[in-house]
Amino acid sequence: MHDLISANKRRTALLVVGFIVFLLLVGWAAGLYIGSPVWGTAVALVFSGLVSFGSYWKSDAIALRVSRAVPADPATYQRLHNLVEGLCIASGLPKPAIYVIEDEAPNAFATGRNPRHAAIAVTSGLLDQMNRVELEGVLAHELSHIRNYDILISTMAVTLVGAIALLSDLAIRLMWWNGGRVRRSGDRSDSGNPLAIVGFILLILAPVIAAILQAAVGRRRETLADVSACQMTRYPPGLISALEKLKADTTVTHAASTATAHMWIEQPLSGVGDAGRLSRLHSLFNTHPPLEERIALLREI
Amino acid sequence: MTAWIVVAVMVVLLLAFVLLYNSLVRRRAQVDNAWSQIDVQLRRRLDLIPNLVETVKGYAQFERSTLDAVITARQSALTAAPSPQAQASADNMVSGALRQLFALSEAYPDLKANQNFLALQEQLAETESRVAYARQFYNDEVLRLNTAIQHFPTLIVARLFGFTEREYFEAGPEAQAPPKVSFS
Repeated sequence: MHDLISANKRRTALLVVGFIVFLLLVGWAAGLYIGSPVWGTAVALVFSGLVSFGSYWKSDAIALRVSRAVPADPATYQRLHNLVEGLCIASGLPKPAIYVIEDEAPNAFATGRNPRHAAIAVTSGLLDQMNRVELEGVLAHELSHIRNYDILISTMAVTLVGAIALLSDLAIRLMWWNGGRVRRSGDRSDSGNPLAIVGFILLILAPVIAAILQAAVGRRRETLADVSACQMTRYPPGLISALEKLKADTTVTHAASTATAHMWIEQPLSGVGDAGRLSRLHSLFNTHPPLEERIALLREI
Repeated sequence: MTAWIVVAVMVVLLLAFVLLYNSLVRRRAQVDNAWSQIDVQLRRRLDLIPNLVETVKGYAQFERSTLDAVITARQSALTAAPSPQAQASADNMVSGALRQLFALSEAYPDLKANQNFLALQEQLAETESRVAYARQFYNDEVLRLNTAIQHFPTLIVARLFGFTEREYFEAGPEAQAPPKVSFS
């Protein structure tokens, strides 16, 4: 179990580094068009960072408001509160704020910039359908997201995506205005700079590749949260059983949206997991690994 | 020129020492904290017992010996030595006595319908779960401290300043055997 956890952390680091390298590549490509790669990349990164970290700071309030979550009263939701308190003792985390969402589909999410400002929300559907050990497994998964600072990591990923999107957009616009010429100081006119073609293709594909990288980071963190949850409860069958129930349930979570899809324990949107011809391409953009894969991994612990 | 290099190297070494020492202090404090957390949950369980005994006494036919076992176990747990092993065995006795009490309560339908009794039963069950989690957390923190003490650079600092490895909380041989419950 500990090997799985450290392997996951290592792979996340690799992905993030890859992401940053990709950003620098895009910065270089954009620089071919806007005349200064360093400044371009820096400005895009700063601007995107400001926007992302602004939302990260208030991520708990935003996510809860968007999903129409209501604070869970300790007297009514005794079992929920008791389970969370027990898990906080096991992990040494401070107890997060607990919310309930009126929705038949079983699902849950965690949010908040650090363990001291965190919140967990569960749907009423989850509370109805899961038994004690299954609910505990799901809650442990959400607490693991908080403990592993996954909100911070996804914010970093979103920042990088934003920066890449800004750069490529800007570069393509400038190129359009310049009539398609490559502007380099000391250059005579748009000579046959072969690298310009590569740069151009990179710029067009950049947002797509960035989205794929972001989804990959998200999937890695989901797997890490699954394994961390088992380490917290020392009882994998609980979470396995919960995931199997989630697999059997096909209700769409109405309180979710494309913007919040990555935070939930299970993909809330319909149309995911299709078996058509383009399904392998679609699967690159999945926010969560497929449930069979998650269950199979946990069975081996 | 070489004097500057020597000074720089010494500064770096000193910084490393300070960082390692601080990390060991932090780990040790976590272990102490985790240990007292177990205590908090155990205390809570012991505090619930007098209430339980009072509720059960009202049903006069309830076996005197079972009630006495619970009371004695509680007393010895309150006065046990602070080492993990002594605490563990005292605590096992309390668990065993409580288990016997709840098993026998099955034969008294009036007692089982008593709201107070039911609430206490739920709270005790919850506390058992928390005690288990607190012990798990303590063991995790002890693992981190012991591993840090054994790792190479930290090893030097640990030896110098007398950081010792702590013992794990172990359930003891009584917990390995299946629980003995008699319905007589």
